Amino acid sequence: MILVLLDVDRDALDPVSLQVLTLSRGLDPDVQAVVAGDASVAAEAAAHGAGVVHVAEHPGLTDYAPRATAKAVVQLIASLSPAAVLAGGTPRGNEVMAHVAAFLDAPLATDCTSITMGAPFEVTRARWGGNLLEESSVTASMLLATIQPHAVAAEPSAAAGTVQAFTADLDDADLAVRIVERTGAAATGVTLAEARVVVSGGRGMGGSEPFAMLDDLAALLGGTVGCSRVVTSEGWRPHSEQVGQTGTKVAPDLYVACGISGATQHLAGCKNSKMIVAINTDGQAPIMQIADYAVVGDVHAFLPLLLAQARAASAG
Amino acid sequence: MEILVCIKRVPMVGAALILTDDGTELDTRRLGFQLSPHEENAVEAAVQLVEKHGGSVTLLAMGTAESEEQLREQLAIGADRAIIALTDGSEPDPQATAAGLLEAIRADGAPFDLVLLGSESADVAGYQTGIRLAHALGLPVVTNVKGLSITDGVARCERAVGSEREVYEVPLPAVITVRDGLNIPRYPSVPGRIKARKKPVTTHEVTIGAPRIVKHRLVVPPATAKGTTVLEPNAEGAAALVEAFREIGVLS
Repeated sequence: MILVLLDVDRDALDPVSLQVLTLSRGLDPDVQAVVAGDASVAAEAAAHGAGVVHVAEHPGLTDYAPRATAKAVVQLIASLSPAAVLAGGTPRGNEVMAHVAAFLDAPLATDCTSITMGAPFEVTRARWGGNLLEESSVTASMLLATIQPHAVAAEPSAAAGTVQAFTADLDDADLAVRIVERTGAAATGVTLAEARVVVSGGRGMGGSEPFAMLDDLAALLGGTVGCSRVVTSEGWRPHSEQVGQTGTKVAPDLYVACGISGATQHLAGCKNSKMIVAINTDGQAPIMQIADYAVVGDVHAFLPLLLAQARAASAG
Repeated sequence: MEILVCIKRVPMVGAALILTDDGTELDTRRLGFQLSPHEENAVEAAVQLVEKHGGSVTLLAMGTAESEEQLREQLAIGADRAIIALTDGSEPDPQATAAGLLEAIRADGAPFDLVLLGSESADVAGYQTGIRLAHALGLPVVTNVKGLSITDGVARCERAVGSEREVYEVPLPAVITVRDGLNIPRYPSVPGRIKARKKPVTTHEVTIGAPRIVKHRLVVPPATAKGTTVLEPNAEGAAALVEAFREIGVLS
């Protein structure tokens, strides 16, 4: 049996959890799920193959508490003895599974793109933000792993989804770290992670002022502005706009890279874009190799031309 | 406030990842090395906290003696001393990494109010060393932190989730793992570099247990063969792009 940890935030199931359920069905016909405190997502999990949804109950499990969730999962593992426990390679999935692994002093393979059950388990996992894959074997009686987001596409498959509550035995130390407050309004504009179009600038922009052209182009295309790491290090744009391995990973319909050479750190965040347009003076820059359209030239000269034609097209 | 920052020396990969002939390692012969990115923010945060609250910053790197290069760089921005958890250079799995760090912390013997790490390393990215270390030290841990302040011995930690921030509060001593964006790391000054030469760097040999995650080989994922259309940087090139934007429906 495979036990899948569901990543739930205020009644909303993270879509990567559905991908993990889908992948798990290919490993074992018996897939069950576990969630802390919140049974509201049971139907959605059942529709993707969870035969049983175990709900950990405790008065302290009112909002996300990583160590408490992990302790509950460890207690469930003791009674179910699953062959593997899997979660999405999301911030919460990775965090809770690391606590589970620490409690059990067991290995944890994160960001896996494929898993083969056996003794030992064989996994392929992402390194360098997905720019490199690692093939490894994991020596353990039970596999603990997280799955790289979008490693598989979620496919529905109806299962019973019987809800089974269990009482988690938690102490103060387990509940010491939990969300005490949320700040910052939910986004009103287009968020970087979900934007259909991202217009990004890099070192070649030369400063903060030329980014006004990117703001204009993004507005015309119904998108938002991103940037490379050097841009935030220089203070030209806020870090919330950084695309890359240490920033936000994006996969829009259109990614326009302006004055970005395409270091691996940056490509890790944008290479899954459906269409990439790169504008750069260096025709041999790495970003040009993965671009659908490569404009070899200076962004400062070319962007005004592009903006003028895009404006004309939009107005016409 | 006594702060320990655990850091990792990683290859400075530019554009291409080149593997060794046996395919088990990155070929680093032509590469420089740097600090794993999130950890630059961890050191900067530690230096800022000590500037505000007093105390000292100790750095801990696990790896070969070459780690001293990255430690000296960070001593130059204001950390006070450094420890190398010396290994034979073989790559530890995440459990062995946490165990090695713990061994060095115990050998050093100094108590810490705050232990900072990066949320994940640039190269292996296991997302677990800080959490395993916290369990071993019997301390609470908050991960993925992008906003940090300390008042009356309580750390207020913010995690960015979309446009929202989740706030966690944890009393010290604690382990906190941080992300790029927490701050803008300063560059070392010339006087800082001169001072750093004389700051103490001690070495503790640590043993790496047999890995339970055994790496067989590394693979560069095959590039999706794209037919790149090269455009001239003129009005014709701009017109071609506008047409492409229209085709995918992002421009009316």
